[in-house]
Amino acid sequence: MSEDAQFAADVRLPARVKVMAPSGMLGAGIDPATVARGLALGADVISVDGGSTDSGPYYLGKGVAKTTEAAIVRDLRILLAAAAEARIPLLIGSCGTSGTDSGVDWVAGIAEKILLDEGLDLKVARIYTEQNAEDLKRRLAAGAIHPLAPMGPLDAALLEECTHIVGMMGHEPFAEALRAGADVVLAGRATDTASAAAVPLMRGMPAGPAWHAAKIVECGGQCTTNPRSGGVIATIDADGFEIEPLDPGTACTPISVAAHMLYETADPFSMREPAGTLDVTGATYEPVDDRRVRVEGSRFLPADQLTVKLEGARISGYETMSFVGIRDPEVVARIDEWSAFMDQVLTDRVRQTLGITREQYDYDLRLYGHDAILGAADPERRPAREVGVMLLVNAADQATATAVAKVANPLMLHLPLPDMAYLPSFAFPTSPAEVERGAKYEFVLNHVVDVDTESELFRIHLEEDAHA
Amino acid sequence: MPETPRPRLADYALEVRSKNAGPFWVTLETFMRDEAGYRIASDAAFLNEEVIGRLYGVPAGDVQIFRIPSLNVVKISFPRPVSQASLHDRDVHAGQHHVPLALLEVPDRLRAEAARA
Repeated sequence: MSEDAQFAADVRLPARVKVMAPSGMLGAGIDPATVARGLALGADVISVDGGSTDSGPYYLGKGVAKTTEAAIVRDLRILLAAAAEARIPLLIGSCGTSGTDSGVDWVAGIAEKILLDEGLDLKVARIYTEQNAEDLKRRLAAGAIHPLAPMGPLDAALLEECTHIVGMMGHEPFAEALRAGADVVLAGRATDTASAAAVPLMRGMPAGPAWHAAKIVECGGQCTTNPRSGGVIATIDADGFEIEPLDPGTACTPISVAAHMLYETADPFSMREPAGTLDVTGATYEPVDDRRVRVEGSRFLPADQLTVKLEGARISGYETMSFVGIRDPEVVARIDEWSAFMDQVLTDRVRQTLGITREQYDYDLRLYGHDAILGAADPERRPAREVGVMLLVNAADQATATAVAKVANPLMLHLPLPDMAYLPSFAFPTSPAEVERGAKYEFVLNHVVDVDTESELFRIHLEEDAHA
Repeated sequence: MPETPRPRLADYALEVRSKNAGPFWVTLETFMRDEAGYRIASDAAFLNEEVIGRLYGVPAGDVQIFRIPSLNVVKISFPRPVSQASLHDRDVHAGQHHVPLALLEVPDRLRAEAARA
């Protein structure tokens, strides 16, 4: 008997478990009325996600959050009060955007202050998911780390180059923290679904509906007919689950719910978790009434091998940006020609003045208003009225990147077309023109580690009892 | 006389969208208006791995296409050709990559079939 099943047997199995997902992300702006409605509907747990990789490698690489502190304070205050009022657990995954240890401590510090301010007596657990390069190198040498498409085999040196590496935990560490007595669990990097799946699984609900419901609720109102509305509540039972928006003016329809399996997933029918794969190929979506949907037929296929996915970021260089606007109709009409001329002159000038070649630095010259976003893939070639020229320079150190941008400065101000008889002057929007953007990061890991237990890579810290 | 512009895939869709699916994949979805629209988007001679490969400059062998008649959706995923937020990545969330797909011209054969439906 698994630990979850044992726990469920010990506490008598409930017939259903209700998961409230008040928002797609902590800090996005939780509506207190939404949360009150979720409690009135009998929520057994509040689940919310604190981050993702969506906004790029900087947040993991630097170990800082994308969300501003005031937004976390506001949402967390509402959620902690609700958890205390209803005596139900609050589970938050991927704290601090990327789930680094610093992100967990940051959210935990905010929570601690709110609990003190509000006089709430809730026990907080932190789950740290950062990984140590040396430990991972040993696992790599033992053949326990495997690439996921489109990556190739892992080079051990890459692990050391990462500024931060996190492992993506599933539901089990959440469950372990709750069994140890936590009321609030603040986790590092977790799968988007882990915080919502944990309590239904602990209370004996079947894995197919529990994971499928977790996937549907993870973006809050995204699975409703009004994605900007507040969250949703899912009721999981022995045969499936029902999903209902918390905003009474919004509906879930079979299409809006089924379509959410598409969102930000490469494969809409199967989703890997540490312990296995959710398979929704046979799922059915039926209306219960005009705003609730029932889902049945979701399956969870346990894997032969437990795995934890790794995410890691390293510094790929230092960046300096410069930007100028061009309105001159003649230059705008021949902007590709101007840009090619800029490439040639800039490369020459950098070699003459700084004595470095393109192997020692790189840049991206983007023509906003012309084809900056799609480049060669842009199917339309309409002439622009004005063009924003962005120069991004990348080099091994900040001083070199800025030196290249400064060499480019007079060219961005005055470079004519090759056959022009005069020097135009273009429109810089700011002085100085250059912005030092600091270290630039890149994601370099897309690999899984074979593990014997779901929790072995993670560290659970339950706060000491304040009254002891 | 100027040529009438040919209809595009977007003309038969409620929404065509694109987004990151994790740091290493891009995914595109066409939510077609109705079954007639779905027949256009799901036509394998019109929209297939080679066409997507050419549109986005990626190897056709890396492209995955999911045709989902119950939702009138065709979903397309492929590895990001440029690493997310790297120097040459111009769309960190891959949120504007739907446009080449949305503006794909619908061939006369499928347009006529849709008009008859």
